[in-house]
Amino acid sequence: MSPLWAEAWIWICAAEPPQLLPARQQMAFTLGFHIILVPFGVALTFIMMVANYRAIRHDDDVALRLAQRWSKVAAVLFAVGAVSGTVLSFELGLLWPELMGRFGPAFGIPFAIEGIFFFLEAIFIAIYIYGWNRLRPWPHFWTGLPVVLSGLGGTASVVAANAWMNLPAGFTMRGGRVVDVQPLDVIFNDAFGYETIHMFLAAYMVAGFLVAGVYAVGMLRGRTDRYHRLGFVIPFAVAAIATPLQIVVGDIAARQVFDKEPVKFAAIEMLSRTSTHVPETIGGIYDDGRVRYGLRIPNGASILAGFSPNTRIKGLNEVPPELRPEPHLVTLVHLAFDVMVLIGFALLGLSAWFGWAWWRRRELPKSRWFLRLSAIAGILAVIALEAGWVVTEVGRQPWTVVGHLLTRDAVTTRGNLWVVFAATLVIYAAVGTATILVLRAMQRRWRASDARDDVSVPYGPDEQPLEKAIPGADAP
Amino acid sequence: MSDVLTVPNVVAAVLFGGVLLYAVFGGADFGGGFWDLVAGGAERGRRPRALIERAIGPVWEANHVWLVFILVVMWTAFSSVFSAIMTTLFVPLSLAALGIVFRGSGFAFRRITVRTQEQRASGAVFAVSSVITPFFFGTIAGGIASGRVPSSGNGDAVTSWINPTSILGGVLAVLVCAYIAAMFLIAEARRRRLGDLETYFRRRAFAAALAAGAISIAGILVLRDDAHRLYTRLLGPGLPFVILSIVCGLAALALVRRASPTILRLLALGAVGSVIVGWGVAQYPEMLGTHLSIAAASSPRATMVAVLVVSVAAALLVVPSLALLYVLQQRGRLEEA
Repeated sequence: MSPLWAEAWIWICAAEPPQLLPARQQMAFTLGFHIILVPFGVALTFIMMVANYRAIRHDDDVALRLAQRWSKVAAVLFAVGAVSGTVLSFELGLLWPELMGRFGPAFGIPFAIEGIFFFLEAIFIAIYIYGWNRLRPWPHFWTGLPVVLSGLGGTASVVAANAWMNLPAGFTMRGGRVVDVQPLDVIFNDAFGYETIHMFLAAYMVAGFLVAGVYAVGMLRGRTDRYHRLGFVIPFAVAAIATPLQIVVGDIAARQVFDKEPVKFAAIEMLSRTSTHVPETIGGIYDDGRVRYGLRIPNGASILAGFSPNTRIKGLNEVPPELRPEPHLVTLVHLAFDVMVLIGFALLGLSAWFGWAWWRRRELPKSRWFLRLSAIAGILAVIALEAGWVVTEVGRQPWTVVGHLLTRDAVTTRGNLWVVFAATLVIYAAVGTATILVLRAMQRRWRASDARDDVSVPYGPDEQPLEKAIPGADAP
Repeated sequence: MSDVLTVPNVVAAVLFGGVLLYAVFGGADFGGGFWDLVAGGAERGRRPRALIERAIGPVWEANHVWLVFILVVMWTAFSSVFSAIMTTLFVPLSLAALGIVFRGSGFAFRRITVRTQEQRASGAVFAVSSVITPFFFGTIAGGIASGRVPSSGNGDAVTSWINPTSILGGVLAVLVCAYIAAMFLIAEARRRRLGDLETYFRRRAFAAALAAGAISIAGILVLRDDAHRLYTRLLGPGLPFVILSIVCGLAALALVRRASPTILRLLALGAVGSVIVGWGVAQYPEMLGTHLSIAAASSPRATMVAVLVVSVAAALLVVPSLALLYVLQQRGRLEEA
């Protein structure tokens, strides 16, 4: 443990309610788990639709097989996501009763809308999977559309709730109670737009690069048949289109944060005092009001924020000392932002490589290095997703609802949260491991029986005939 | 009339509707896990277990949507009640959430695992969690119904759910889930013409109904001593529903050999659902004990209207989609047979 962390630890133990640290750790951990599953509901389902479209349009059996298998992977991950999402709704109450008790009338509305989308997505995933052999191709294809749309809608709703915590709007407080609410202003708060588009594109990048990575590994091991090539190209193309858009949107989002969430922006830039000609620091740590280490690009932050070295950026000194984010959290936000941007540009380079080869020769880059990098691109995209989420969540501290509710006031006073957290770690480790094992088992069986699909998944019909499962089923 | 049909009361009714749907449909799922648990060794229990999986597989866990609905409506429309319950009954709530994680994982993984040993492990997790989860939900209902959750929350962490009414609630919840599931499974077995399994679940439905009936009669005495307001209101405005429940329960048992599967299901749902409606009527107009009414607990009007709009939209969107899924499922079954 570095001295910095040790200091932070002592400071936390002395000044914070004892429940705060385990509650934050648990919320961060379970949300960090859940957010990895989101891209599959939002974007893998879209990728599956692309393959499905190709299968029908070009009478392509390979694309059909890919679409069917991706739909089953989506179902498994949706089932796991449904569980971790249900846990999160318990946690909102069990860990943060003051947040829900006081702000539920406003904060709850986007979640109510999310409920509809979640329900619709569950139903239509089941319809889509049941429909493979039971509906004609085009009607079946269209039953996939509600899955994609409700994935987007559900994500937008949850991001709306998160954005509301950053820039709360649409309610009036009197005597510590919410007395009036404007539901539309709650949902369409000032942070909603940029956070939502940023998350959508992140979902397409994560799902696209992760799925493509599976087939990249296959090709590196010599399985270069059309099944693997198509399985690589469809998701990779989706991610490669999303990546440059994400760079542009991310840049706009950063300027919006500069404009509307100045404290978060100051933490991202590790800026202690309001000033112009602010350098862009890459790497480094924030300690005692000063930036240590790191690479400084003169005027960089000012130019990025306002296209001029004279752009004035607010520093952490604008915030009363007791409401400033702790130094180690400032470092964390800054480094997370750097990691996100760095990975974003690395993936942009990989996408450009792919785009160039495809434009010139209508095929993948020949270099094995392209496949090697593609194999890890998905993991990098997940890291970037988590880092971006750290920026928005940790960058809001010490607030839960900016300007209205401090995190230390939102936390519960009940129960031994360390025990709960320990149990959560063990269980989620088991669930995570089981998920990976199950996906690998599906992969093995698909490889073994490449002619027919015989994997039963949640929400789907049984592939095994009833007579085999229940001997004597036909007996009167 | 106008003081009954207020926006807060309508939202409270919608919320309670969610509780009702979760209790009966989620209950059938949980009960399936109960019969899985007591089906005996791997060989002996193979056929009942296979039927249970067939019967509840398609909708398994979809019913937790009702739970999410309850939580969301409660924290949005009655947020102070939500935080009071969460800060008081956090122990059984955490344990119920744990049970849901285990059950959900069993759902996600059991159908994919191939080796018997893996299947047995995930099956055992599924079965045990199917019993403890409704038990803890029952203790939560008991704690709320007997007025042990203070308006300001932070009530007693132990006695709020370890008390006579809560234990009664927990035990009854497990038995009721077992009863609904057995009735549903009778219908399933008959539709698939599995005569021996029909008899198997008929015996178990009888046993569950008798046990639930006996516990309920004993429960009346428990409530008289432990939750007097609930007792008097259940035997007052709630009485028609209690009687309806008894009638449905007896009719289901009497007609179990002759009635069509649909009628059997409806009677089972009626027996359980009307008791729960009776609880709601007995509770009205209070949300917590006698100290927090629906009107006092409700959020600002715009939020309540938003919740109603969302609920109506949900019904309009979800009902036709569920119907489509059901049709497809039936079509698949026809192909299967």
